Formats: sequence, structure tokens, C-alpha cells
Amino acid sequence: MNKIFEVPLYGYKRSPDQEAPVPVRHKVIIVGAGPVGLAAAIDLAQQGVEVLVLDDNDKVSFGSRAICFAKRPLEILDRLGCGQPMVDKGVLWNKGKVFFDDRQVYEFDLQPGNGDQRPAFINLQQYYFEQNLVERVRDLQEQGAPIEIRGRNKVEAVGTHPDHVRLEVETPEGSYTIEADWVIACDGAGSPVRSMLGKDFVGRVFEDNFLIADVVMEADFPSERWFWFDPPFNRGQSALLHKQPDGVWRIDLQLGWDIDKEREKRPENVIPRLRAMLGEDVQFELEWVSIYTFQCRRMEQFRHGRVIFAGDSAHQVSPFGARGANSGLQDTDNLCWKLKLVIEGKVPEALLDSYDAERIHGADENILNSTRSTDFITPKSPMSRILRDAVLDLSEHYDFARPMVNSGRLSVPCVYDASPLNSADALDGPAQTRPGASCPDAPLGDAFLLPKLAGHFTLLTIDTDAPDEIEVDGIRVKRLALSVRDDPSLTLKRRYLGDAPGAVYLIRPDQHVAARRDTYEENAFRHAMRRATGKE
Amino acid sequence: MSDLILSPNLTHADDFYADLLAAHEGLEKSDSDALNARLVLVLANHIGDNAILKQALDAAALKPE
Repeated sequence: MNKIFEVPLYGYKRSPDQEAPVPVRHKVIIVGAGPVGLAAAIDLAQQGVEVLVLDDNDKVSFGSRAICFAKRPLEILDRLGCGQPMVDKGVLWNKGKVFFDDRQVYEFDLQPGNGDQRPAFINLQQYYFEQNLVERVRDLQEQGAPIEIRGRNKVEAVGTHPDHVRLEVETPEGSYTIEADWVIACDGAGSPVRSMLGKDFVGRVFEDNFLIADVVMEADFPSERWFWFDPPFNRGQSALLHKQPDGVWRIDLQLGWDIDKEREKRPENVIPRLRAMLGEDVQFELEWVSIYTFQCRRMEQFRHGRVIFAGDSAHQVSPFGARGANSGLQDTDNLCWKLKLVIEGKVPEALLDSYDAERIHGADENILNSTRSTDFITPKSPMSRILRDAVLDLSEHYDFARPMVNSGRLSVPCVYDASPLNSADALDGPAQTRPGASCPDAPLGDAFLLPKLAGHFTLLTIDTDAPDEIEVDGIRVKRLALSVRDDPSLTLKRRYLGDAPGAVYLIRPDQHVAARRDTYEENAFRHAMRRATGKE
Repeated sequence: MSDLILSPNLTHADDFYADLLAAHEGLEKSDSDALNARLVLVLANHIGDNAILKQALDAAALKPE
């Protein structure tokens, strides 16, 4: 049987650009057709911005790779028109078990969605994720959207100019030159574009190796996340078991630093380890094995003139907490509306610098969190091991220690607190929805709030008046008028009003709050719009 | 913000000290270390105030005030 990741999804086809006597100029070229590059392409094409994706390969990613997708990225995918198939295919889970040595120390239940359309996270192999995105690209193409993917088009050289970027592209039929007004480099942690531009990528390398194995089994394991600290089958190290769709289980085994990677990857060495973990009588088949070591680092700046980095090419974190692909999707969510406005000439190019400010803040938060998880999972000194074990021993007996057990803090969206796009908070409302925060969802009868905020600036009014539409320097802001009565569960009130009787929110196209007040005031909101678009 | 108490605050200091020694009595070094670590965590949770705990960490490190 052919695995999905063995079938070319966007095979090489000769492009007229390859015959062009002078290089063809595109609006936006995206390098890399991984989850981040595809999301960026869909986002731009949906808004009518012409976009071309180049990838050196022609298939979805090999092996499961990123498997845990969090609520915020699912909400972003809803805006991109492909959230539902992901959720339909993904595995939902909300129970986790923590083991230490030979025993279970505790288990936890994550609160089910309280007022959110999307779950806290789903598990889904990266290849399905990418496949869904490629299908969405195909749908957009059928609808005439200006989007194209070219497989086996490998960028070999990048020339940067004040008003465009020139790319040399290698194909199975030789190389050609194309140009773009803007390039988004989504070409992964080893980003060739980053190397070609000679940009730094500094941070901390963790001296550890992890064996990842995807196994197919019919075993009766429940849909739970199991994490082991120092188990008998992997002494002194950690292990993780997580369910994916199609009876595929992700197993992560920490191996330590001083190992022979090629030797450890061989099935005759992997299988006995898995038997020791799963039990002798469990039948399984190995689908994919990989060994990785990881690093926490980022570029000093994500934007370099007309080349903008997003996802792993800009920042890399340890896998604990699922902050890689999840933060990459938040990068493109942040970037695309800004880039579109810049391309339309409605805002100064400087708006793109806020992408740097906001997403570097996000990257630093992710690096901090995943570094802390790593320090807990892999104690770096005898005393840090003693303290770590003390937390685990206590967690078996007392609730208080359980929040200190850190096997990965799952990705939550960061709040752009110090963003230059925010206006001062002018509502005595909940901290959760302060300027800079991403809007939390709320049920509205049969529908939900977030899909109503998608893709444009919105003036959300709750039990207060405002014009149905305002226009600021050619950018339209549409009102969404709601009342606390629209949501009998009072989630809307709890999240957006608190004790305030009414509120007006200015919400960006990426569903982050730019400004809020208790009532509509023309000048204040015009000023807030100018700030939110990089003009103040 | 309240301050870490660094003046005498235990009414029966000798009793507590004796209890502390007794808890460690007969333990291997590794078990004693583990006990101390658990004790720190239990006490930290009881205090429940990061600012006070930071002052406590500085005090324990004998940092000049």
C-alpha cells in the first residue's frame, strides 16, 4: 500500500515562466510548501493577492512530524476555510496520565470546550494536515484564486533589491529566474533562504536525542496522552505515547546524548525498546522512525527588507508543548493581512515591522516555555534531578505539585501586550480580552463568534451603539452588533464585558484586539485604526 | 507587598529544629536530599507568593541586602 506521504501531490510541471525572455515578476513568492507556507499562500490568495509557492519536493512531509494542533491554529484554519476537515480527521483527547518510575503518579482531565467551537487541541499527522491544505489550494484554484504550487522547484540563489527579490530556481529541466515583490521564507529550521542571505540563527542546542516512532497497532490503548519520567523500559530518560488517526501511535523515547544515531534507528534496535514499553503481546508495525536533537533559537529579525521569515525558518523550539507548527501558523496569521494592505498601498511598509515586534515576542515566549519543559524533562544537574523527582513524588500524593510537573506546556496564543499597534485600554473589562490579546470564542445560538470576525477589521459592539461601518484611509471597518442576550451561557459577557455594561472592540483581521472602550467615540476609534495600521 | 520575615518568628524554634533532624535521622544522603527538596516545595506552596519566595531564595543564598 502506498502511504500518503509517498505519493506526489504537486508533481513537477513546466511553467511558462521557464521560457520567459525576461524574468516574470510575481506579487508574493513563498518558499516551502509545509504547513506554514501553505497556510500563508491560502491566506493571501483568499484575499486576492497573487501568490506562488515553490517547494524543492513534490510530496507532503515524510512521517507524522508535527502531530498536535492547538485551538488557536484551528481557529486560524477556520478562517482559511479548512478547519473542519482537520477536526473531523483528528483525534480528540482530553485525558493525560503521568508515570514516574514504575507507577502512575496522577492523571488529569482537560476541561472540555467551555464556549469555544474548537477543542484545546487535536492530534493529526502533519501529512494529513498538509494534504488538507493542498486540497484547499486546489479548491481555491477552481474558484479562480491566484494561487499556484510548483513542485521540485528548488531555490538556489536569492538576490535582494530595494523593490523586489530575484530568485534562481532549479528544476528537473534546468534552472530559471523569477522575481517577486515579496518573498516569505517558510523553508524550515534549516532554511536555505536564511543561509543564502547569510543571516544568523542563534540559540541553545540541547544535548539530547529523541527517537520518534510511529507504530500502527490495533491495541486497546485509549485516546490519552501518556508521559513517563524515568520508566523501567527507558531508565533515566522519558517517554511519550500519543494517539493519532488510523490506529497510528506516536512514541517518543528520550535516548540521551552519547548514542550512535544510525544504530539506534535500525528496526532490530527500535523494536525491542517498543516491546519493553508496550508489552510483549502487543502486535505493532513500525511506520516511521526518526531521531532528532533539538535547539531553541531564533533569528534576530524576521523581516529582512522584502524577504520575510515565518515558522521554523525564523524560530525553532523544542517539541515539548507543540509550539512549532502552531506558532508558525500564528506567524502567517499575523503577517498576511499586513502584507496585503502594504501591497494595496493602503498602509506604510513600516506596518510589517510590527510583524517582527509581535512575532518575536511570540517566539521568545515559546522558547522560554519549551526550554523550561526541557529543563524539567532532562534535569541538567544532580540537584535539578532531585528537585524534579521531588515534584513527581509529591504529585502522587498532593494536588499542589501537579501544576509543577512539566512535560510540555501546550501552545496557547501569546498576547501582544507591548505591540505598537495597540491603543491604551479604555475599558474596565476582563484582562483576557485586553488590547493585544487574540479574541476568545463565544457561542452565539447555533453559531460562534470567531467566524464572524474573520479577515477584516471589525468594530464589535456589545450592548452599545456605533455606526454600521466606518472607513479610515481607505480601509473599511464593519460593525458586528451583539448583545449579552445573544449568548445565554454568558460566555460573551464573561469574556468581553466583565462588569462593564457595554463595550466596543476594534478587532484586527487576525482576530487580535487592537483597542476597546466602554462606548463608541469617533475620534478615539479613528485614531486606534491608524495605530493598528502602522500610521501612528 | 509584604516582606519576608527574617526576624525570629518561630515560637518553639528548638522543637522545630529537633523535628527537622529527626526527619532526617537514619536516612541515606540521597533520601535526605530528596526529603529536603520535597520540604522546600511543600513550604513554597504554603507561602504561595512568588515575591516572598524570591526574597527567600536571596536570603538563603546569603546575598547582601
